[in-house]
Amino acid sequence: MAEVGVEGVVGAEPGIAFAERSRLVEGVRAYGLIVAMWLRSTMAYRASFVMTAVGNFVATGFDFVTIMLMFTHVDVLGGYTLPEIALLYGASATAFGLADLVLGSMDRVGRRVRDGTLDTLLVRPVPVLAQVAADRFALRRLGRITQGLLVLGYALVVLDIEWTPLKVAMLPMMVLSGAAVFGAVFVVGAAFQFYAQDASEVQNAFTYGGTTLLQYPPSVFAKDLVRGVTFVVPLAFVSWLPALYVLGRDYPLDLPRWVAFLPPLVAVGCWVVAGLAWRVGLRAYRSTGS
Amino acid sequence: MRLYAVVAAGGFRRYATYRVATLAGVFTNTVFGFIMAYTYIALWDERPHLGGYDMSQALTYVWLGQALLMTCAMMGGGFEDELMERIRTGDIAVDLYRPADLQLWWMAGDLGRAAFHLLGRGIVPMVLGALAFDLALPGSPWTWLAFLVSVALGVVVSFAVRFLVALSAFWLMDGAGAMQIAWLAGLFFSGMLLPLNLFPGVLGDVARALPWSSLLQVPADVFLGTYAGWDLAGAYAFQAGWAVVLLLAGRLLQSVATRRVVVQGG
Repeated sequence: MAEVGVEGVVGAEPGIAFAERSRLVEGVRAYGLIVAMWLRSTMAYRASFVMTAVGNFVATGFDFVTIMLMFTHVDVLGGYTLPEIALLYGASATAFGLADLVLGSMDRVGRRVRDGTLDTLLVRPVPVLAQVAADRFALRRLGRITQGLLVLGYALVVLDIEWTPLKVAMLPMMVLSGAAVFGAVFVVGAAFQFYAQDASEVQNAFTYGGTTLLQYPPSVFAKDLVRGVTFVVPLAFVSWLPALYVLGRDYPLDLPRWVAFLPPLVAVGCWVVAGLAWRVGLRAYRSTGS
Repeated sequence: MRLYAVVAAGGFRRYATYRVATLAGVFTNTVFGFIMAYTYIALWDERPHLGGYDMSQALTYVWLGQALLMTCAMMGGGFEDELMERIRTGDIAVDLYRPADLQLWWMAGDLGRAAFHLLGRGIVPMVLGALAFDLALPGSPWTWLAFLVSVALGVVVSFAVRFLVALSAFWLMDGAGAMQIAWLAGLFFSGMLLPLNLFPGVLGDVARALPWSSLLQVPADVFLGTYAGWDLAGAYAFQAGWAVVLLLAGRLLQSVATRRVVVQGG
């Protein structure tokens, strides 16, 4: 996802494409090195790693357990059956899990701005975004992806879908584009923290809140809320619209059928915005001087 | 006693410093409140009076959950990080020299924190929830008072659990895993994700008997007027019972742990 993002920025400023290209390679390389370092450090406390990875799996699993508990009392929720909701849930949870694995540490930017340790990152000859993204890389987040994939797998086994090539292609497309959209939200949230230093929780409303929202069908929510996550923060493109295409159900807000194919474009658009936001934020950074 | 009051006031002031963070938290609690409220509406539309709650009681439950999430530290996020760090680095030895009781010291600070979070992160989401949805707010001031007592007991139970988790650092060194398991249990068994009344069969019985139900389920039911007279006394006794048992367990673990530190030479 980091790659998609930087390419988005390249597209925005074609004049410096060549320099950007090498910076992209450099950034990805640095990201890999820092990630490898954190992997070694995490593995120093193996028991703790296993516990947190299992914990991550269970924690996210509780979300689906909650939905299953709801379905011990009802047959449909917002007009959708449990397997149908499992498809929405699995797609959203997996997409979010991927973004969280790659960029989930970005919410530490605010802390680094506050305690002045961001300065250390600025003087290194490595893109700051790559350093921040790889900061405290946590492999335990695989727990969330595993859980999402399991629910997705359950949905695909149980649901009786008339598969077409387009519907098959829709599945990887929606998970990857969805991860990119969530990743962009992480970066915008981190950029916002250059201004509001201890407001990292606002980001949670859009990331964790967003994935929770997408785990339920759009028919559950008020129209204005659905409008907001379609046109303002385009989360609806992560799972709702492509998944509803796969399920052959009606779209919210009377949207046309073809919008289900937009997620890759929406993802690129999100990354252009995220790349710009990050640059503006970083430029506005003033050190604490301590 | 005065010492602990000062420590509690310090705990309150410390969290009151983070104004932007508090605002950000209120925003997040409100967003989650809205998302959960709509899912509950879908659920109660399908099955009215589920779990003995009508629609507006169910919605009230959602917003109480958001209001108490930080107060009762259902997902952790209080003193335990800091205490664990002090145990890991050995700074705990300094704490043990102080002429103050370790458990009471941290509890006083945590009560101050909880008081701030109730005011700072509880009231605004609740008010916004009440503006957007039809909530079942108690008419009698006594119910509000009974609710506050139940919340206070819930905070003590929450503290007692987290103190035990923090002390595990004496043995585990890196307590991140234990802490995560604790907040998972807190989140699920407090009734934060779904009221425990909706948990089926044995799972429901067990969940309602565990200490975590003191953090949200019991205070919410007090708020919704489920308990009156002796039932209310019973609810309090349940919470206080767990508080006493867990605090005593913490005390026992503390004395075992401190002896270990002395044996190791601090």
